[in-house]
Amino acid sequence: MNKQNTATKLTNEASFDVEKVRADFPILFEQVRGKPLVYLDNAATAQKPKQVIKTLDTYYREYNSNIHRGVHTLSEKATAVYEEARNKVKEFINADSIKEIIFTRGTTESINLVAQTFGRNNLSSNDEIIITELEHHSNIVPWQILSEQTGATLKYVPINDAGELILEEYEKLLNEKTRLVTIGHISNALGTINPIETIIEKAHAVGAKVLIDGAQAVPHTRVDVNELNCDFYAFSGHKLFGPTGIGVLYGKQALLEAMPPYQGGGDMIKTVSMKKTTYNDLPHKFEAGTPHIAGVIGLGSAIDYVSEIDLHEAAEYENQLLQYANEQAAQISGLVPVGTAKNKTSIFSFTLDGIHPHDIGTILDDEGIAIRAGHHCAMPVMERFKIPATARASFAFYNTREDVDALIQGIDKCKQVFS
Amino acid sequence: MFDIKDLYQEVIVDHNRSPRNFGKLDDANKTLEGFNPLCGDRLTLYLKTDGNKIDDIAFDGSGCAISVASASLMTDAMKGKSLDEAEGLFNEFHDLITTENEVDTEQLGKLAALAGVRDYPARVKCASLCWHTLHAVIQGDDNPVSTE
Repeated sequence: MNKQNTATKLTNEASFDVEKVRADFPILFEQVRGKPLVYLDNAATAQKPKQVIKTLDTYYREYNSNIHRGVHTLSEKATAVYEEARNKVKEFINADSIKEIIFTRGTTESINLVAQTFGRNNLSSNDEIIITELEHHSNIVPWQILSEQTGATLKYVPINDAGELILEEYEKLLNEKTRLVTIGHISNALGTINPIETIIEKAHAVGAKVLIDGAQAVPHTRVDVNELNCDFYAFSGHKLFGPTGIGVLYGKQALLEAMPPYQGGGDMIKTVSMKKTTYNDLPHKFEAGTPHIAGVIGLGSAIDYVSEIDLHEAAEYENQLLQYANEQAAQISGLVPVGTAKNKTSIFSFTLDGIHPHDIGTILDDEGIAIRAGHHCAMPVMERFKIPATARASFAFYNTREDVDALIQGIDKCKQVFS
Repeated sequence: MFDIKDLYQEVIVDHNRSPRNFGKLDDANKTLEGFNPLCGDRLTLYLKTDGNKIDDIAFDGSGCAISVASASLMTDAMKGKSLDEAEGLFNEFHDLITTENEVDTEQLGKLAALAGVRDYPARVKCASLCWHTLHAVIQGDDNPVSTE
C-alpha cells in the first residue's frame, strides 16, 4: 500500500493509490438515482471497506456469542477477538494500557460518560468548564446538563471569521476555577484543526483536565494520546470506516480509577449482594451490560485497515482534493466558502447566493452526489456566521478529482435550476 | 424519468424568489410560529380572521425554496377562504405530497406545483411546515409548531 519511496513530495498525489483503496469500498460502485454514487458526506459517516464487512459477516456466521462469561468455545473466541480489538485501539492511539480504553456507543456517549462521572464527582457551583463556539452539539449539551446539575459555569472560546479559535481569548478564560477544558480536535462543520497541544498545555498549567472530541480527527490524522497528554479522548468507529454504534473513550488510568461507574448492570461488577456491590476493574467498570460485540470486532478490523494506509499521505491527498475544490469553486459566482482556517482538513462548507443549502442537497442528490446540508449539529457556528445552514462536502481518501468535478458541475446545475 | 425540474417547477422558483404575502401583518388577530428543528427552517404565520373567514394572511421567516414557495402559494390560496375550506385544502395538500392518491387538482390550483415533493420524502416537512402551522392556528393552538 505504501509507496513512500516514490519520487518527490510534489508528486505524492500520484503516489497515493486511490484506485486501489476505492476497490475496497463496494458501495462506491453503487448507483443513486441512476447516476454513479459520488459520496461526499464522509464527515457524517465514512463508508466501510469489504474487509470490515467480511469481519462482521464472519463473526455472525461463525462465532456469534456473548463474551466474558461463557465457558464454551464460541464465547472464548468472541471474548478473545473483542479484547484483541481493545488492544488494537490502545496501539492505534498509543495509550499506556488497555485499562484506559472504554467502549461506548460513540463519541456522544463517551462525552456524556465523562460529564456524568468525572463531572458530577469533581465540579460544583464555583467551578468553570471551558468549551468553544466551534463545538458539535455533542460537546455542548452534556456540559449544559452538567452545568444545571452542579451549578458549574460554561465559558465559550470565540472564533474568528476564518473559523479559528481565538487563543488570546482562551487564555483570558483560563483561571484557577477552570476544572475542565473540552474541545473538538477538528471542527465537523468547518474542518478547522485546533491547536490542541497548546490548549492542553495551557489548561494543565492552571490544573484543569482536558477532554478532546476526536470524532473528526481519527480518520485524518495520527492520534497519540501520550504525546498529546490529554486526559480524555473520545471518538466514534463509524467515521473511521467501522460500524455505527461503537465508540471509544480513552481516559488516563488514575482518573478512570477515581471515577464512579456510569451505568450499573452485568459485566461491570465483581460481586453483588443485596446490600452491596463491588465494581469490576477497569475497563469493565464502565461497560455495563452486553456490549456491541460485533461493533467492537468491526472497529478492530477498521483499525487494521487504516493501519495499512499511511494516514499522513492520505491526508495530504485529501488536502489536494480540497485545494482543487477551492480552486474550482472560486470560479463560481455567488459561492462563499465558510471556514477558511489555515490549518484545516478536507471539509468544504459553503453557501450559494439565493439558494438554500437544502435545495443544493436535493439537486446534488439527483445527480448521485451525497453531501450534507444543514447546521451540522453546530448551531452556534451557524449563529456566529449569521447563516441558517451550509452545504458541506467532506472528502475521504477514496474520493477523486472526478468527484470534485461532479460536485462543481452539480453546483452549476443548482444555479441553472434557480436561474 | 423523473427530472429535478419536476420538483423545482417554474412557479416554485418564482415564489421562492419573490414570495407573496411576505412580511408582518400589523392587524393580525392570530399569529403562530412554525419551526423545523431538523433543518432550521422557521416561519411566522399572521392571520386576520373575521369569524369563520380568513380576511388576510401573511408570513415571514427563512427556509429553503420548497418551504418559502409553499408558504407563499398557501397564503395566496387562503385569502378569502373560510376556516373549514382551509382545513379541507390542508387535507387535500397533505395527500398531494405524501400519497399516490388521486387529488382534486382543480381545487388545489397552483398548489399542485408541489406534487414533486412526494418523490423526496426528506423534503415533505419543508413543504408542510406552513400548513401544519396554519392547521394549528385554526385549531386554536398557541404553542409553536414543530415538525419533529
